[in-house]
Amino acid sequence: MQVGLSHYLFLSGILFALGLYGVITRRNAILVLMGIELILNAANINFIAFARYGGMQIDGQMMAVFVIILAAAEAAIALAIVLNIYKQFKTVNVDEINKLKE
Amino acid sequence: MNLVDIIFYFFALITLVSAAITVYSRNIIYSAFSLLFTFFGVAGIYVLLNADFIAVAQILIYVGGILMLLVFGVMLTHKVINVEIKTGILNVVPGSIITAIIGGTLCGVFVVTDWFIVEGVPPIKSTTTEIGTMFMTKYLLPFEIASVVLLVALIGAAYIARRDKSKNQSA
Repeated sequence: MQVGLSHYLFLSGILFALGLYGVITRRNAILVLMGIELILNAANINFIAFARYGGMQIDGQMMAVFVIILAAAEAAIALAIVLNIYKQFKTVNVDEINKLKE
Repeated sequence: MNLVDIIFYFFALITLVSAAITVYSRNIIYSAFSLLFTFFGVAGIYVLLNADFIAVAQILIYVGGILMLLVFGVMLTHKVINVEIKTGILNVVPGSIITAIIGGTLCGVFVVTDWFIVEGVPPIKSTTTEIGTMFMTKYLLPFEIASVVLLVALIGAAYIARRDKSKNQSA
């Protein structure tokens, strides 16, 4: 069977599901961030697959560039917040952090 | 089954297997390193889709930047003496159910929908020039806003993660 649009969409769907499972089930905040990165990559695969097969050759790739830019900003801010939480609570497990103030 | 198909299945296998290791591994270091292979596999998929600039940007930014940041995060939030860096899991049953429902719905929609596909493969050429031109013409405003967002994120991250000297001395 010739590899077409649906193969790429299927790949991104499975990648999205794996990332969502990681976000829901992991206790460590950094692993939750890794799940978010997987979800963003799945969305990027969709953008570029539609750019290739849907006739919009370059516009979809521009969206993917902006997604990568925002992912970098998000990772930096989120890790700074995680480090601050670790300084305050001495843990990064998301189920133990349930106070607004120590 | 020609060469492109074999390459696609190869990269898809790398991506999905290492993503599964990332999600299911109990050791956080294994997760971080298998995430590396996931990013490389996704970059290979981008090359197959005629997106060479995005593939290189993916390797530079994700592998060189975001993954290093995550590994630093792992190192700074676990005591080095503490050999055990395993992490627990929670909400396994509801998480599996929600994931199965959403993933199944997505894949079902992908199969059922009759997508609009433009026939005739466009000629393979470098996309870097076109992306640069689009940044300076059609996407000029989002480009400038993205630069401001990156600056704000840089300053904000440095401000949030800084060491509070006065508080440490009193404590």
